[in-house]
Amino acid sequence: MLINDGIITPEELKCALPPEERYKKGPVAIIECLQDIPCDPCVSACPVKAIQMKEGITDKPVLDFEKCTGCGLCVPKCPGLAIFIVQKNIAPGKAAVSISYELLPIPVKDQMVTLLDRAGKEVGEGKVIRVINPPAYDKTAVVTVEVPEEKVMDVRAVRVKSGGQS
Amino acid sequence: MSRKTEVFVIGGGPAGLSAAIVAAELGAETLLVDDSAKLGGQLIKQTHRFFGSSNRDAGIRGISIASKLCKDVENLKGRLTVLKNTAAVGFYSNNEVGILSQNAYERVAYQRAIVCTGATENSLAFENNDLPGVYGAGGVQTLMNVHGIRPGHKILMVGSGNIGLIVSYQLIQAGVEVVGLVEGLPTIGGYLVHASKIRRLGVPIYTSHTILQAIGETHVEGATLSRVDERFQPVPNTEFEIKCDCICLAVGLTPLIDLFQQAHCRMVHIGELGGLVPLHDSGMKTTNPDVYVAGDASGIEEATTAILGGRIAGARAYESLHGKSEKADQIVAEAKEELKTLRSGSTGERIRWGRERVLKEVGAC
Repeated sequence: MLINDGIITPEELKCALPPEERYKKGPVAIIECLQDIPCDPCVSACPVKAIQMKEGITDKPVLDFEKCTGCGLCVPKCPGLAIFIVQKNIAPGKAAVSISYELLPIPVKDQMVTLLDRAGKEVGEGKVIRVINPPAYDKTAVVTVEVPEEKVMDVRAVRVKSGGQS
Repeated sequence: MSRKTEVFVIGGGPAGLSAAIVAAELGAETLLVDDSAKLGGQLIKQTHRFFGSSNRDAGIRGISIASKLCKDVENLKGRLTVLKNTAAVGFYSNNEVGILSQNAYERVAYQRAIVCTGATENSLAFENNDLPGVYGAGGVQTLMNVHGIRPGHKILMVGSGNIGLIVSYQLIQAGVEVVGLVEGLPTIGGYLVHASKIRRLGVPIYTSHTILQAIGETHVEGATLSRVDERFQPVPNTEFEIKCDCICLAVGLTPLIDLFQQAHCRMVHIGELGGLVPLHDSGMKTTNPDVYVAGDASGIEEATTAILGGRIAGARAYESLHGKSEKADQIVAEAKEELKTLRSGSTGERIRWGRERVLKEVGAC
């Protein structure tokens, strides 16, 4: 359970997931923020106003999956690094996950990195598809990594073995 | 030598800086002292993005908030005097405070004092807790984020409040291996997003566990952990050892209140606020009408609420000298509204309860 060990269980995650059909329309944000904490930068980060907090700042964010374009602008703005962009079926058997990354070295495009799940367990290797790290992101890079389709809901961190930029 | 000022602010953290900025902006002659070389208090170690409302600094890193406040201070030169490396060491009768800098001891005659001394770190009793390598989380942050020194290579964190979780993450960023995080309660105390962040980087979180002893002769070489039952008693035969060269204690803070006691402010013990705090009204005035309080010294919370409390104290201290001011009223109204929002919801329950008790107690005296 999340509150005992920091690991969100599949059951706990359900409320944050879009309906299965939504994935067919392209990338979508998954906001893994399941506690009433006083925080709202994701709301103003969204250019299409798809994120709402019904009862004010201490409410949990609710994403309108139909409005969400998967642009990823909310990802680096989340102080909890709890927003991920998931895109299924980018190639047969392949999916993509975008993850906030604040460690050094920062991986570079086409580099192979170790894929980690919510418990920090290695679940394979993946190729970095894209790294976005403009000054506006203020040192929170967003790394998009290719993962096996069946691992797309598990991979939530990457480990850079060597290389990359410091 | 002696100095004179209308408003005297003690402490240059988020609360003190905000109080001084507001008092000076409104027009009070203001003096601020801080005992360190750099203004900003704990903010200068906070490399993570802040939570809170986008209207006030959320999503911005703590270090950037410190820079912002320092710039405001710079712009108020003339009305706001700042003395760094200067500690307030004692309150005297007739509204004087002794201040000690590297080469001089002086007295400050003030009309209103706003005391924002912050907090001290709690320790934890366990065998060998005086071994070199046992640190407080604030000390670890200072070494790492202010001086660029790694406190160790393999660190064990004790305490799962936001400080324990955030400092663990910062240690990972600094290239230190965090071998585990220990928490006596069955549940994680801080924000769960922070916990998930370190968990997915491989840090095991041991809830319902405690540290029994630090292992080592001359320095920390490991620790013995054990499960605890619901009454926090170690469960026999569940002990295990974990290798580390550092043990970091993030087991809470206690308001730093000596100066209030010297100033004859009435104190009250409120566990939810971290222990003894000076009684104060909603305008942050203590029971000594010339002394105000803000920040962690008024109850352990965090930097954004410290800023807001400081703004209220600065505005009310100004008004008490120069009479009612519409601008001051507006600052206070806005800050109170923001505080109410930040303290709403389930995570704000403890602090709401503690603050209500302060107001009730102050109303009764």
